[in-house]
Amino acid sequence: MIIGAPKEIAVDEKRVAMTPDSATQLQKLGYDCLVQSGAGLHAGFSDAAYEKAGVKIAKTAAELWKTADIISKVRPPEADEVKFLKKGKLLISFFYPAQNTDQMALIAKQDANVIAMDMVPRISRAQKMDALSSMANIAGYRSVIEAGNNFGRFFTGQITAAGKVPPAKVLVVGAGVAGLAAIGTATSLGAITLAFDVRPEVAEQIESMGAEFVYLDFEEAQQDGAATGGYAAPSSPEFREKQLEKFRDLAPEVDIVITTALIPGRDAPKLWLADMVADMKPGSVIVDLAAERGGNCDLTVPNEKITTKNGVTIVGYTDFPSRMAAQSSTLYATNIRHMMADLTPEKDGQTVHNMEDDVIRGATATFGGAVTFPPPPPKVQAIAAKPKEKIPERTAEEIRADEVAAFKQTTKNQVMLLTIGGAALLAVGAYAPASFMQHFIVFVLSVFVGFQVIWNVSHSLHTPLMAITNAISSIIILGAILQIGSSSFLVTVLAGISVFFAGINIFGGFLVTRRMLAMFQKS
Amino acid sequence: MDLGFTTAVYVVAAILFILSLGGLSGQESAKRAVWYGIFGMGLAVLATVIGPGAGLWQLTAILVAIGGLIGYQLASKVEMTQMPELVAGMHALVGLAAVFVGFNAHFELANVLTMDDTAKKALEGFAALLAKKSGAEINILRVEASLGIWIGAVTFTGSVIAYGKLSGKVTSAATKLPGGHLLNATAAISSLVCLGWYLTSGALLPLVILTVLALFIGYHLIMGIGGADMPVVVSMLNSYSGWAAAAIGFSLGNDLLIVVGALVGSSGAILSYIMCKAMNRSFVSVILGGFGGTAGPQMEVEGEQIAIDADGVAAALEDAESIVIIPGYGMAVAQAQQNVAELTRRLRAKGKTVRFAIHPVAGRLPGHMNVLLAEAKVPYDIVLEMDEINDDFPSTDVAIVIGSNDIVNPAAQDDPNSPIAGMPVLECWKAKQVFVSKRGQGTGYSGIENPLFFKENTRMFYGDAKASLDQLLMVISGH
Repeated sequence: MIIGAPKEIAVDEKRVAMTPDSATQLQKLGYDCLVQSGAGLHAGFSDAAYEKAGVKIAKTAAELWKTADIISKVRPPEADEVKFLKKGKLLISFFYPAQNTDQMALIAKQDANVIAMDMVPRISRAQKMDALSSMANIAGYRSVIEAGNNFGRFFTGQITAAGKVPPAKVLVVGAGVAGLAAIGTATSLGAITLAFDVRPEVAEQIESMGAEFVYLDFEEAQQDGAATGGYAAPSSPEFREKQLEKFRDLAPEVDIVITTALIPGRDAPKLWLADMVADMKPGSVIVDLAAERGGNCDLTVPNEKITTKNGVTIVGYTDFPSRMAAQSSTLYATNIRHMMADLTPEKDGQTVHNMEDDVIRGATATFGGAVTFPPPPPKVQAIAAKPKEKIPERTAEEIRADEVAAFKQTTKNQVMLLTIGGAALLAVGAYAPASFMQHFIVFVLSVFVGFQVIWNVSHSLHTPLMAITNAISSIIILGAILQIGSSSFLVTVLAGISVFFAGINIFGGFLVTRRMLAMFQKS
Repeated sequence: MDLGFTTAVYVVAAILFILSLGGLSGQESAKRAVWYGIFGMGLAVLATVIGPGAGLWQLTAILVAIGGLIGYQLASKVEMTQMPELVAGMHALVGLAAVFVGFNAHFELANVLTMDDTAKKALEGFAALLAKKSGAEINILRVEASLGIWIGAVTFTGSVIAYGKLSGKVTSAATKLPGGHLLNATAAISSLVCLGWYLTSGALLPLVILTVLALFIGYHLIMGIGGADMPVVVSMLNSYSGWAAAAIGFSLGNDLLIVVGALVGSSGAILSYIMCKAMNRSFVSVILGGFGGTAGPQMEVEGEQIAIDADGVAAALEDAESIVIIPGYGMAVAQAQQNVAELTRRLRAKGKTVRFAIHPVAGRLPGHMNVLLAEAKVPYDIVLEMDEINDDFPSTDVAIVIGSNDIVNPAAQDDPNSPIAGMPVLECWKAKQVFVSKRGQGTGYSGIENPLFFKENTRMFYGDAKASLDQLLMVISGH
């Protein structure tokens, strides 16, 4: 089958969905590659470079759309392009099916299949084709570069012969992939970086990138990031107030604000309000990565860079990845190539559109003449580290029932032990003489007392316990004392030795116990 | 003094002993408990010396005084780390004393039986008691005395070997003579035969053979138990010495001996049981020696041990909020408890949370670590048991393992074929970072490879624990 990459027709779109490198890899999967003449020009890939990699060149868009069985693209198709999607063709591109329902229905009617690269589920296995993440990474990096370009000072603080330069203070709002990339870039340029996110669990990631997490003093059931596939969910009005208050505090301090807050399927939340912009120092820069969806900042104008009256520059570009077309094309083409690899299990140049596969199913918007969006939730959880499973609250009756059962079991055990013990005692008593039995009762009771007493000894005192029982076991001295006065010399000698040994043990044992216990102290 | 008074004193002494053991349930009451024990012992000895049946009190006093002086010297000089050896060694004395007293009972009995009735009437004390005994009672007495001798002899050699193993004079590995348990069983059965022979003949020879057999069993039994199980062994021997005293008490007809012997015997048994439970080992398999057979090959450990120096550890400690220290026998060997305590003080002064996690079988006898840490004045309310702290490891920044190995071995949970599979362990690998202070790359006391040392978040801080901590203390400032 033939994979073709047309020239993007959107204004200012410089990316291309196939690079000479990715084409080489696609050919290894058994595909023939085709590219529209001049498609890679803005990303730095000439037709010659493609030809060298074994890619055929199509003169016109129409030729490409007709020849190719699979069309890989960056931007969603426009009306002119949709009409080429005849039966059996497969389109792989960003598609945004939720916002593109009309086109999706049309394509389904034409019986063409669409894989939306923006719908790849966020599971570990699919990371290699997660184009959103690779583009967000670029956007995050580029946002800092763009900010630096518009910022009149160094990022890093310096003390030079010509004076002291304070470090730039950067605030990153939203620590998704783009936010984290921005944090990494800003810190490596030497800025003091603060970061905020509504999901407290990303604090660790933020700190790992070298930024300081801006904590909100807010008591609320914390957002469960895992439940929403790792994306943020809308926050409560109270939380938002608290958050804005914090930002208001920070506004006069920070030099650069990079906002990346997006909630899937919604307009971007307004987080940096006009009054905060007014509070900022002249020369400060705001880069709004959410501009395409309305912007996080009140004053953002999508696709434009504006300067406010108080000298704050607000960058509202929506094409950050496209501004780094060589890099983003390479990464995107690689994402597409990985998607193709999953679609071509036999490496024979024939796609197998396996709708049982979580990743393929999740990304497919139309298939076999039907709209297949939205997909069912993936079988594999988006984020492996699930929040602790809640142990179902046990009712009072259940607890009571358990207690009763445990009590019955203990009673049963005790009665059984008592019965056996009693029977054994009786058996001994039946044969042994009375003088023995007197001592025997004392013995049994003492064993019993010993068991009862020792269970309560605390664990840390086991060594003193051992030492003291050792000392007490030298009670054997009593036996020796009773024998030492014997008329037999041998008995006296042996008893004497025993008294001597036991004497060592009594004093040594108790003294050691005292030494040990004297050490225990409270802080 | 007459018998009634002595018995009354015995009752008081017995109650004092019970209170003494029971008082050990808490640190504060334990200090009182020792005095109960001392007082009880003093009363018992005094009442026996001035009571009926005793003689030569001057000799007794002199011998007790000399013995006491030696005991005092020993106990004052011993290092806290040598506690296990001392306790084991003192068990040997009790065992030997029990053997002698048992033999005395035999000699006296033999003496008395040869006398005629008039001579018997003239007897006093223990011999008079023997003279009154009927045939059945004499047989019971012989059983009791042999039992006392047998247990005492097992305790004696067992304690000597345990002492040797703990002090490193005897190899700590489990070694058995060819024949293994069969030898023990043969010796035990032969002992029974000797007992039968002794009962019928009343001669000295079977008793001597029985003693030799018991001495052998004590030696062979403890030789066959690996060093890692020594805590259980020490407490088991403790129990034996109690049972020996109780058996002797029966043969002498002395209730206090019986009471105290039974107390000591049952307390030692419970203690051994608690410890076996902590190691998830069956009591029988520990006593019979060595680890149970493994079901298959142990998991291969992959990865490598990565070393770190004092500066690295110090930097991580400076950054950490919560720190858990897991001490083991290595700390005791290196006498590093003072340094550990100093480190703890400095870290706490910096506002960090420092806690100790003590595995029930850390060290060579139960509570070993608690005693050492107490000696170094580590406050005991930051010293926690395994169950109290195991759930906290995931929220711990740094776990420091100082000279422990098997008690932090994840193979106990991960590898069903590991000899320690199923033994509860401290899950320190769940901490963000683990530092292991260890002398070298060798395996632990039980000879099992520890996958913890190969984990990604583990760094090995090689060297003698004390020297390592000295370096660390130089880097971590006191302020």
